[in-house]
Amino acid sequence: MQKNRALGKKITKGFTYAGLSLWAFIVIFPFYWMVITSFKSYGSYNSERIPSLIPTSPTFENYANAFSAVPLGRYLLNTLIFSLATTAIMLVVSVLAAYAFARISFKGKNIVFTIFLSLMMIPAELVIITNYMTVTNLDMRNSFLGLILPSVSSVFYIYLLKENFAQVPDELYLAAKVDGTGDFKYLIRVMLPICKPTVITVTILKIIECWNSFVWPRLVTDEEAYYLVSNGIQSIRESGFGRENIPAMMAAVVIISLPLIVLFLVFRKKIMSGVARGGTKG
Amino acid sequence: MKENNLKGWLYLLPAALFIGVFMVYPLIDVLIYSLEEGFNFVSGNSFGVGFYNYFYVLSDPYFLAALKNTFILVIFTVPVSTLLALLISLGLSSIKKLRELFQTVFFLPYVTNTLAVGMVFMLLFNKTDYTDGLVNIILGIFGMTPIDFIAGPYWAKMLVLCLYTVWVVMPFKVLVLTSAICSVNPDYYNAAMIDGTSRRRMFTRITLPMISPMLFYLVITGFIGAFKAYSDAVAIFGTELNVAEMNTIVGYIYDMLYGDGGGYPSYASAAAIILFVIVLTITVINLSVSKKHVHYN
Repeated sequence: MQKNRALGKKITKGFTYAGLSLWAFIVIFPFYWMVITSFKSYGSYNSERIPSLIPTSPTFENYANAFSAVPLGRYLLNTLIFSLATTAIMLVVSVLAAYAFARISFKGKNIVFTIFLSLMMIPAELVIITNYMTVTNLDMRNSFLGLILPSVSSVFYIYLLKENFAQVPDELYLAAKVDGTGDFKYLIRVMLPICKPTVITVTILKIIECWNSFVWPRLVTDEEAYYLVSNGIQSIRESGFGRENIPAMMAAVVIISLPLIVLFLVFRKKIMSGVARGGTKG
Repeated sequence: MKENNLKGWLYLLPAALFIGVFMVYPLIDVLIYSLEEGFNFVSGNSFGVGFYNYFYVLSDPYFLAALKNTFILVIFTVPVSTLLALLISLGLSSIKKLRELFQTVFFLPYVTNTLAVGMVFMLLFNKTDYTDGLVNIILGIFGMTPIDFIAGPYWAKMLVLCLYTVWVVMPFKVLVLTSAICSVNPDYYNAAMIDGTSRRRMFTRITLPMISPMLFYLVITGFIGAFKAYSDAVAIFGTELNVAEMNTIVGYIYDMLYGDGGGYPSYASAAAIILFVIVLTITVINLSVSKKHVHYN
């Protein structure tokens, strides 16, 4: 009886590991495939009726092509500027608002906060149409302002920061008041350092969101000079590299995916706990 | 604390401006657009107010096709991804060795660009003159004839789209469910162990009720997310989704707004509001079902 139970446990464990490994394989395989394809030369890729699992004569030519044949460097730079600027503005705006909600008492606070919370449920598709018209009418299509401004507002991050700010004990605030420290100085010198983990989480999540954004950039940019990586990939696919040069496309895909994967591996714990607290994709 | 009206509003002002201009105003505006008949973007004129835009959208074959595609996608991906995520999370929480490694790997799709990886999926399923594609070669081992998954029969294309969508949404679900399972108080299991409760019973009587709020949260957000599918389809089939017969409701909205068939913000607005009503209805149904089955403590 005892023996049977131990055996059963072992078998269950074996199945568990096998199942998990299978899913891990399914997750990893597309990444593996894009990396090895990116190292195959155009000629050898097209001559393989059955694609080989390892490149026979690896070449870096595709990576060089990705930067010279299509303006991938431009796309990367645009995305970097867009992500950093949007995230920076979002941080300033959200921190100030969260501080107002958490620390300052003023008329209408509760009503405004309720309105903010209910806005979290509004899908982006509903507001994007008007934003597109607004940006077009302001003549901000194909400009960084047009890309950035409508992407700033994130009610969820204001909420997240407010919850964290509210946990900082009142005594610190009152002590600072006695010392004659103003609200703004208190926010910068005391509140932000204490809440640094949340601020970092919010920053990283927003950067990921910006880096991968596709719909809004596609609507407001049709000049290559302002393409972000998502749109760049789409245009590479539809016109770049003569459409057939799959290895070169895969090199571009690897280059685009790499920065976020590195960011993820460095800030793994922060990203995962941040997402678990209520982020959703996109 | 004394009231600080001016200061409070000053701190709030930047956020209020952004949210007012880019979220609240558009919400009102989209309703107005959807009711303006014959609105012309260039001249800014319309010739009447009414429900014509809604009738137009609801009788547009492209919209109906998009509606059908979206519903199939929802019906397939929500149950499959939720059940699969539950299985994986249960597996993850029952092991100690390699657990962090598995968790890290499973989360990878979340941080990658949907469009970039979608191209790899396209490649794996694609059948060209040069090669049948890896998936077809593997299916060939089992004696199946090659299928053109990307430009072939409708069901094949839909299958690829569904599989890719599941691949994309899994990380979030696994993460949420794993942390829900881990946060169940171990005292319950210990008590059950002393009573000699079977594993299956422990699952149905302890784990499932304890994680049911999170499970329902995932079902609800899963429905909402799947109804808004778009980027995944573009990633695999390109931007000409109507040609590929793989358009979604959100895709229809953007096509109406912009691109070759675009320039009709009124139709786009009407379609967006129809989508919102569908999502709202489903969410309300979900919530009323969950009231009966979910255990909140």
